[in-house]
Amino acid sequence: MSVDKDTVRRIARLARLAVPEARLEPMAGELNGIFQWVEMLNEVDVEGVPAMTSVVAQKLKWRQDAVTDGGVADALMQNAPEREDTFFVVPKVVE
Amino acid sequence: MSDLNSMTLAEARDALKAKKLSSTELTTALVRSVEQSRGLNAFVTETPDRAMAMAAASDARLAKGEGGALEGLPLAIKDLFCTKGVKTTAGSRILGNFVPPYESTVTQNLWNAGAVMLGKTNMDEFAMGSSNETSAAGPVFNPWRAKNSNANLVPGGSSGGSAAAVSGDLCLAATGTDTGGSIRQPAAVTGTVGLKPTYGRCSRFGIVAFASSLDQAGPMTKTVRDAAIMLGSMASVDAKDSTSVDVPVPDYEKLLEGGIKGLKVGIPKEYRIDGVPADIGGLWDKGAAWLKAQGAEIVEVSLPHTKYALPTYYIVAPAEASSNLARYDGVRFGHRTSDSIHDITELYEKSRAEGFGAEVQRRILIGTYVLSAGYYDAYYARAQKLRTLIKRDFDKAFESCDVLLTPATPGPAFGVGEKTSDPVSMYLNDVFTVTVNLAGLPGLSVPAGLTDNGLPLGLQLIGKAFDEGTVLRAGLAIEQAADFRHKPANWWRSA
Repeated sequence: MSVDKDTVRRIARLARLAVPEARLEPMAGELNGIFQWVEMLNEVDVEGVPAMTSVVAQKLKWRQDAVTDGGVADALMQNAPEREDTFFVVPKVVE
Repeated sequence: MSDLNSMTLAEARDALKAKKLSSTELTTALVRSVEQSRGLNAFVTETPDRAMAMAAASDARLAKGEGGALEGLPLAIKDLFCTKGVKTTAGSRILGNFVPPYESTVTQNLWNAGAVMLGKTNMDEFAMGSSNETSAAGPVFNPWRAKNSNANLVPGGSSGGSAAAVSGDLCLAATGTDTGGSIRQPAAVTGTVGLKPTYGRCSRFGIVAFASSLDQAGPMTKTVRDAAIMLGSMASVDAKDSTSVDVPVPDYEKLLEGGIKGLKVGIPKEYRIDGVPADIGGLWDKGAAWLKAQGAEIVEVSLPHTKYALPTYYIVAPAEASSNLARYDGVRFGHRTSDSIHDITELYEKSRAEGFGAEVQRRILIGTYVLSAGYYDAYYARAQKLRTLIKRDFDKAFESCDVLLTPATPGPAFGVGEKTSDPVSMYLNDVFTVTVNLAGLPGLSVPAGLTDNGLPLGLQLIGKAFDEGTVLRAGLAIEQAADFRHKPANWWRSA
């Protein structure tokens, strides 16, 4: 499988990364270099092998579905690029 | 005492306890060492005032005969660990001004044990790199240079700043994180000790996430004993990280005792790979001979899927990274574009394109692709199956041995700029370390010798899950036999 310019444009859109038109072709080349190398995984017969879900055999822990923290709106807003009181400001999204 | 900054953690701890030295004296020397060593670019943020305040508090506790396991000992912290009120950038422009309102569990554990923070160390952006050249703060220089050469070498990565800081005596020890070799590979090429614990041994809470099923924090130190001491304070079970494992934290320093008589050491034959310099193979043989001379039994083992580990990693890690890094959207924290934009999607796309460097963008794109509809089974699902096979190889090998001995890296430190244009050649630096992350096992890199050119090389010990004790004990045996006392020439220090 090889990645072309249009594929790079599509995945860049999915990844929400602005890739300039002039970078699409070189990026396709870089990604193909990596994907060609990864192709060697196709040599291995993985029929019937379960996919890894956790390296350490343990059950995920459960806890009460209760609030354990909170009331720190100001702390959470400290790093906001743009804010009004305790609201994050973004460009208008609804016409 | 003229060279306080070159003390080990254990030496400094014992001197503080015996009141031969105060933390204020020690910390003063290290703060000065950090200031004089800016040419290495090892630190992105220095916190001298905080260090001196913490040292004074430690001295007060020590005077009363109190204090924790790391009381008064100055450490450097990789800039991937969130530190409350101290800028944490992850080596990225997108977090260039990020000041966490909370503390990572690992660093909190260290402060609870009495440690002193000197500052935050440089690193590859989001820990993606093996040379510290992808950092938004610029490359770190390795304190080591080849014989008769003034060329700057990389310190490895991604924990390159921490490795350089330990190697150059800018701190007594440092924290690192290891997703594919990011503690062990830089430790090996800087002549220091690096331990990646078992997945789940240290809490990941408050560590900026790269690939969550692989990331693990660990110590970077001058000696194996120091790694044992520091891991004891870093490790904990933590309600804030559901993957941290509820296994008691043993006294690792005590587990160093007893020697290695009767220990079965496995030599995986697949680690003899083409293109690796003869020095590496020679050192590996020497390492096996050292262990044998101390009573260990050497057995050959097979890890048949070794050659598939790196390509597996370069699917799994970018997939997880593309998902983890989706949070950087320019809205709640981090860089936001100042370009004029028309809609929210453009805000995301531009903020992320401006905030992430080239390698991070490349990995986000790989990850997005291998998780996208139509490609998921061919790439991601297959890689996760390969991961199972790699883990099974280790399970089988450990039926006939207690610990594995391998080289740590395929070569010594290389030149700045030497491998940046070829991603795959850069990725190959992690060929001996990445299998360990995929299987979740503990791995330790120990300095074991120098190349003909005078550059440090390391050997790696790999253990069973949660058997850091055996790994450290075997590492101590290598350390004692290698008797590695070399130090880099002090070319970088300003007056």
